[in-house]
Amino acid sequence: MSAGKPPFDSPEIRRLTPVIGPGYTYGSVTDKISSIVLTRPTSLGWYIGFLIAFSLLGMMTVAIGWLIIKGTGIWGINVPIGWGFAIVNFVWWIGIGHAGTLISAILFLLNQKWRTSINRFAEAMTLFAVACAGIFPLIHTGRPWMAFYMMPYPSTMGLWPQFRSPLIWDVFAVSTYGTVSLMFWFVGLIPDLATLRDRSVQKPMKIIYGMLAMGWRGSARHWHRYQSAYLLLAGLATPLVLSVHSVISFDFSVSIVPGWHTTIFPPYFVAGAIYSGFAMVLTIAIPLRKAYALEDFITMRHLDNMAKVMLATGLIVAYGYFFEFFLSLYSGNKFDVFLVQQRLHGPYAPFYYALILCNILTPQLLWSYKLRHNVAVLFLMSIVVNIGMWLERFVIVVISLTRDFVPSAWGRYSPTFWDWATFIGTMGMFVTLIFLFVRVLPAISIAEMRELVAETSEDEK
Amino acid sequence: MAQIFHRSTNFIARFSVFSTLFLVGIALVAVLAVARSPYMTRQNITREQPVQFSHKHHVGDDGIDCRYCHTGVETSAVAGIPPTKTCMNCHSVLFNNAPYLEPIRESYRTDKSIQWVKIHRLADFVYFNHSIHINKGVGCSSCHGQINQMPLVFQANTLLMQWCVECHRDPERVLRPRDQVFNMDWKAPDNQAEVGAKLREEYQIRTTAELTSCSTCHR
Amino acid sequence: MDGMREHEQHEHLDGLHDHNDLGGDAKLREGPLDLAAVRAKLQFKTGKQYWRTLEELAGDPEFEGLLHREFPRQAPSEWDDSVDRRDFLKLMAASLAFAGLSGCGRTPEQYVVPYVKQPDGMTLGKPQFYATAMPFGADAIGLLVESHEGRPTKIEGNPDHPSSVGATNVFAQASILNLYDPDRAQTVTKFGEIQTWSLFVDSAQAIAAAMKGSNGAGFRILSGIVTSPTLAAQIQSLLTLFPQAKWHQWEPAVGDGAREGAKLAFGSYLNTVYRPEKADVILSLDSDFLGSGPGHIRYAREFSRRRNLDQFFEGDRSGPEMNRLYVVEPTPSVTGATADHRLPLRATEVELFARALAAKLGLGGSSAPLPSATEKWLDAVAKDLQRHKGASLVVAGEQQPAEVHALAHAINDGLGNNGKTLYYTEPVEAHPVNNLESLRELCSDIYDGKVETLLILGVNPVYTAPHDFDFASKIKFDEKKNRKPVKNTIYVGSHFDETAELCDWHVAESHYLEAWGDARAFDGTLSVIQPLIAPLYHTHSGREVLAAFGDKPGLSDYDALRDRLKAANPSTDFEKFWRKTLNDGLVAGSAFVPANLALKFSAASLPPPKTTPATDIEFIFRPDPCVYDGRFANNGWLQELPKPVTKLTWDNAALISPKTAENLQLAHNVAWRGGEHGKVYSNVIDISLSSSKVTAAAWRLPGQADGVIVLPLGYGRKKAGYTGTNKGFNAYAVRTSDALWTASAPTSAVKKTGDDYPLACTQYHFSMEGRQILATGTLAEYHKNPNFANELAQLPPKELSLYKGEAEFPYDRDKWAMAIDLNKCNGCNACVVACQSENNIPVVGKDQVMRGREMHWIRIDRYYEKAKSATNDPSSYDDSLFNPQTFFQPVPCQQCENAPCEQVCPVGATVHSAEGLNDMTYNRCVGTRYCSNNCPYKVRRFNFLRFQDWETPQLKLLRNPEVTVRSRGVMEKCTYCVQRINNARIEAEKSNSPIHDGAIVTACEQACPTEAIVFGNANDKDSRVAKLKAQQRNYSLLGELNARPRTTYLAAVRNPNPELESA
Repeated sequence: MSAGKPPFDSPEIRRLTPVIGPGYTYGSVTDKISSIVLTRPTSLGWYIGFLIAFSLLGMMTVAIGWLIIKGTGIWGINVPIGWGFAIVNFVWWIGIGHAGTLISAILFLLNQKWRTSINRFAEAMTLFAVACAGIFPLIHTGRPWMAFYMMPYPSTMGLWPQFRSPLIWDVFAVSTYGTVSLMFWFVGLIPDLATLRDRSVQKPMKIIYGMLAMGWRGSARHWHRYQSAYLLLAGLATPLVLSVHSVISFDFSVSIVPGWHTTIFPPYFVAGAIYSGFAMVLTIAIPLRKAYALEDFITMRHLDNMAKVMLATGLIVAYGYFFEFFLSLYSGNKFDVFLVQQRLHGPYAPFYYALILCNILTPQLLWSYKLRHNVAVLFLMSIVVNIGMWLERFVIVVISLTRDFVPSAWGRYSPTFWDWATFIGTMGMFVTLIFLFVRVLPAISIAEMRELVAETSEDEK
Repeated sequence: MAQIFHRSTNFIARFSVFSTLFLVGIALVAVLAVARSPYMTRQNITREQPVQFSHKHHVGDDGIDCRYCHTGVETSAVAGIPPTKTCMNCHSVLFNNAPYLEPIRESYRTDKSIQWVKIHRLADFVYFNHSIHINKGVGCSSCHGQINQMPLVFQANTLLMQWCVECHRDPERVLRPRDQVFNMDWKAPDNQAEVGAKLREEYQIRTTAELTSCSTCHR
Repeated sequence: MDGMREHEQHEHLDGLHDHNDLGGDAKLREGPLDLAAVRAKLQFKTGKQYWRTLEELAGDPEFEGLLHREFPRQAPSEWDDSVDRRDFLKLMAASLAFAGLSGCGRTPEQYVVPYVKQPDGMTLGKPQFYATAMPFGADAIGLLVESHEGRPTKIEGNPDHPSSVGATNVFAQASILNLYDPDRAQTVTKFGEIQTWSLFVDSAQAIAAAMKGSNGAGFRILSGIVTSPTLAAQIQSLLTLFPQAKWHQWEPAVGDGAREGAKLAFGSYLNTVYRPEKADVILSLDSDFLGSGPGHIRYAREFSRRRNLDQFFEGDRSGPEMNRLYVVEPTPSVTGATADHRLPLRATEVELFARALAAKLGLGGSSAPLPSATEKWLDAVAKDLQRHKGASLVVAGEQQPAEVHALAHAINDGLGNNGKTLYYTEPVEAHPVNNLESLRELCSDIYDGKVETLLILGVNPVYTAPHDFDFASKIKFDEKKNRKPVKNTIYVGSHFDETAELCDWHVAESHYLEAWGDARAFDGTLSVIQPLIAPLYHTHSGREVLAAFGDKPGLSDYDALRDRLKAANPSTDFEKFWRKTLNDGLVAGSAFVPANLALKFSAASLPPPKTTPATDIEFIFRPDPCVYDGRFANNGWLQELPKPVTKLTWDNAALISPKTAENLQLAHNVAWRGGEHGKVYSNVIDISLSSSKVTAAAWRLPGQADGVIVLPLGYGRKKAGYTGTNKGFNAYAVRTSDALWTASAPTSAVKKTGDDYPLACTQYHFSMEGRQILATGTLAEYHKNPNFANELAQLPPKELSLYKGEAEFPYDRDKWAMAIDLNKCNGCNACVVACQSENNIPVVGKDQVMRGREMHWIRIDRYYEKAKSATNDPSSYDDSLFNPQTFFQPVPCQQCENAPCEQVCPVGATVHSAEGLNDMTYNRCVGTRYCSNNCPYKVRRFNFLRFQDWETPQLKLLRNPEVTVRSRGVMEKCTYCVQRINNARIEAEKSNSPIHDGAIVTACEQACPTEAIVFGNANDKDSRVAKLKAQQRNYSLLGELNARPRTTYLAAVRNPNPELESA
């Protein structure tokens, strides 16, 4: 791009890296995006990628089936470490599922133009991540077929769930978040579905898209209602973004386990969630724009902004770590102090250092304009942050449990083959869904891009 | 270009949306209902027994006391199904060649137990104790219904936990004077409320909190 | 919706658990086809007939099922991560059925099977208790056995019995599992083919007839120690019938030292009975008298009575003051752990010490020079003993040589303890002999071809005999000579084991709960063994087998016993006497009277001692604390029981002091899976001793004398059954007759193989990390500040709880609580097994223990005071590991009033009861394990896999119908034996009377020999538990967490000798 280092966000940069490439008209935008779904032949790469992802998904189903037959004993968990990979992955996936709604809802309310071209697939990613996350709380129980006990329903036992338990709060938080995100995403899709309906050639496609479009005719009334509905949902989704991970952090902060029992968790979990969320958006956006030549829609501007958000949330997380550390020492609680020592010198110390490296040190590179504008670096960085955030959850969930109050009960944890199979399997599921998504739905909101065209062209004048 | 959908589809669309919601609701209710239905609880279902033993005849007509056969009921957790010997006490003399009593005689001859179909079943993790209920003034018929009118015994109540807990939450409703415990025809008097309260005092029945602790029934 | 009910049925298929209206025997008949049934069908069939019946059976699908079924098991098979094809298909099917798994559908019909004629005096649904006794070595432990509808389910001690005093030990508790052991031999076999008893009796008679001419010259009987007068009488009658016949005895794990020592000191075999209660100062010369050996339960009880501190607390110091225990031993025992002063010495040095002590006390003999530290120690002990003449006691260890025992007798005599803190009686054994010599004679006789018929009663010489005797070759078919060394070999044993394999006849032996008999207790009390159940299989007692050779082959055990008692008590009204005896479980006043004899021995007369060269390594053999001499190898409960000090399970290991291990460069490392609470890899070593070799895992054991390697006996069985075969290493393989207890060899005898072996250790970490987990102090400190245990902990007010709702529990009626006196607990493990037996706790197998998933509801933590090392475990060396002070802490569920587990359970499966228990409701649990994570004491246990055995019919008979059998995927934990609480409460409420103190006794409390565990109602100010909790020693574990545990501990107080303290 440009040499030298102009001040951030100056009009110059706007010009240099606009939110949409120059010279687009309504028609061209629509053509370009819809063609990905309708006309463009499916590439070999898509098939290969899909096949790999799908086989991983298969592995997951096998792993879960085996789990049902044998029991959670096939995992590495034990007493004292009652929670292992399952919960780590759950928290990690939910975290990832934050960026989408944040981008589409909060940035929408803040009227950030640059969200337009990334919100669609970010939301999709959110849904898929939440789906992956949703699997774990269910299967990690000893008797999944009894899990409905956690639902409040008039049972023949005359019993209700125990509402003091954070796990019950989870059930509500996650399901609500999932539902609202889904509606938000779908509502946003309707105009585009209509576009696809009108542009697709084969009859069956017309019918399917037609049904999904729910009779959208683009009349002024439709647009008016659409926008107010979208606005309302945005307003509804916004608090959820913050609540979900706060509630999940309660699972830990409400307990008495040293390393879990700390009040700083809610904010620091949310920040971490957004952090990993944006990382994942980058991880997907970068290959996507390359594969479908969308550099003009997902411009450096977007990448740059997302990098900045990552940097910001990353710093919040760093602050969180520091205070977790500080408070333990400051409290003088011998168990907390011991935990800190364990993290630094205990058998699991390498994980802690790796975590610091991935989540705190590496992201500092993002201060550099050059690196922010180097796609390859950004991509690597996003991967590193994802790993880092997974490590964070591992450190919190597992390592805190290995050495708590009574030394005689101390133990260790190491995952089994089945732990890995389930974890990697969910990744397979995630990628599979992404592949299907880009193939059958517009990965970028056509309607909103049209507006953008309008607005930017006004800027030109 | 031609419309893909006829206008009527608008209606169909709306209709299907609402009906799905409706059906889901119905389904949920149905599941809850089935769980409580006699199909699952076996309430009010009589079953074939190896010997067509009639409580109506033995209790209702002959007026034999429950405890003649169910000997453990006042002292033990289980009332006890009588051994074949008990039947033979009388039937070695009465109807001692009635064909329908052959299974009894055979069992006595061959020393092979009779296999009765179990009517009142609690899950194995429920530890019900007959003796304490009897001693605290809970009558047979409160749970088993009017056995003296049953030619073939059936389960008069659901035996769902819900049902047990109702009583444990306020026992007053069913408490009766000790001398009425084995009376199959006992009906709650109109002033059962205060009678029950008084009896609860008298029998020193424990607080509801204690009666509804899990370990009262589950170990 | 109704999946829950459906599922519950799945989980509780255990037919017997359906306790409604079900007779035990009735159930036996209804039970599925098992080996016993097959045998029944095959009985009295031979040759053609036999095979035809088999063919008929082969048609029977159930029988095929039986054949295809894997070995009947106690422990689940070690399960691995691999998926084979069949599993894979199952898995596919399951994932299809996944949705339907909760299965809305009705449960199948169930049937009620009443008795035809109900036994008298039995009320269905009410357990009955019978008095009996368990013969064990030179002792018999009096028992009360609980029986549900005819099947024994739980063993308790008999309070009226001298050797039990109401308590039990691990062996007595676990022996019930031996009764139902699916691998027990179930019938008579000849050359491994099923035969009938009648056939056996015929051939026995034939053999007897043949021997008549020669007066039974070639007839030999080999038994263990026999304390049963009836059995002895039977043998005697045979010996009179065949004057030339001989009776040999071999008890592998009991030394001849005690016998020969008595002879040396008094000129005849004698039995020594100690009275620890009367002793102020006790010195143990390598004796584990609190943990093993005849009368140890009684001794532990008497000893602990002298560790009471109540009188101090009540301000009245008139009561007997706390006693003081010195222990000299080569390897840590529970007695050593209880000691106020413990001195690790090599086994041979113990004799030197004894000699020196005798010399110092002026009893003659030369005092060989001792190391200065030892010398100083010795001085202090000698002074202390002299200060307490007549109130002191010196106990010599079972495995110590005759000299040490003689010296102990001499010292006790010199201190005037005889008749005060100990007394002598005639031997408890019916026919005491030097076991080693007796076996040696038998072997040489066989070698010389003098033996024609060998009858082995219950002992397993092929496995246990010294390897230089090579017993197998004595009865195996001799290829070279092409003949059998012994013409007829008959073996009576409970399992088809190493010996049974090589004998012609194998008669399955009845369990002691299946046959009538008698046995003498450690003090001579004649105890009656009353069967609780008819033999499950076609088994017979040793006495019956003997009788088969005699003139009254048909004589039943019952008649034999009654005849003998009649003969012994001619005057009394026998039936009355008989009823009383059965009721008491013992013959009143049958204890031996103290004999007073003059000491005919002076230390001076002893030959110079034989010692191990300082540079050599000393190998000592000890019975294993869990499987003893190997007879319990197939007992899953004992295999999985963490050994008191090492906390190892499922294996034995060569125990080495950390320093010696350091010199030999033997290391441990903690595995990543399971870790400190599960799996430790240790170096494997080859031990070459006396022209033989064994390969063992080496284990660093703090507190063990340097230069000593302990080889625990009882493992490495080749043919013990599913559970016991090929576990650990066989120490008998290097045990020779000339070094039965102590062998020595240069360090070169120990070689590292370079391999590592995973050991299942339930507590590897030994440090308290400076936290006040187990409060300890000295008597002086206690006098200064009785409240020392509570100094460190700051207890927050209960109101701190977020949930003020907790106040809704006033606990105004009963408030169940437990107090555990750490001053008394000696870590003997009896409570752990008792709990396992009472609460249907499954055995999970070594693999699962290594993953940190053992299921014991009460665990015993072991900590080393003042011991430290870089890693706070024995894997790195530090001098403080040389002789650390060991403490034990039993940890059941603490039943918190502010229970962290209750707050986090999403479904309310663990809930507070109105009496303050943490009720655990299995059928509501979905298994999130959140409660376990949040439990600071980590006392919750989770069914990670299907640990409970649902198939094996025998094990269904074992279960306690009062306790739910847990399924896979649910959490479980100690309930304070809520089933006992409920039953006691119901009985009390029927008469509207309060539950008096002691009406409820938890299984652990009942089993405890030292009365360390006390349970009761904390609201009742006069209850024992309330009194204990009122003591200042009483403290809460992790009290600062404000969980308000109902189980509290009384600090351990040791009573060290000031003279040694100053050093």
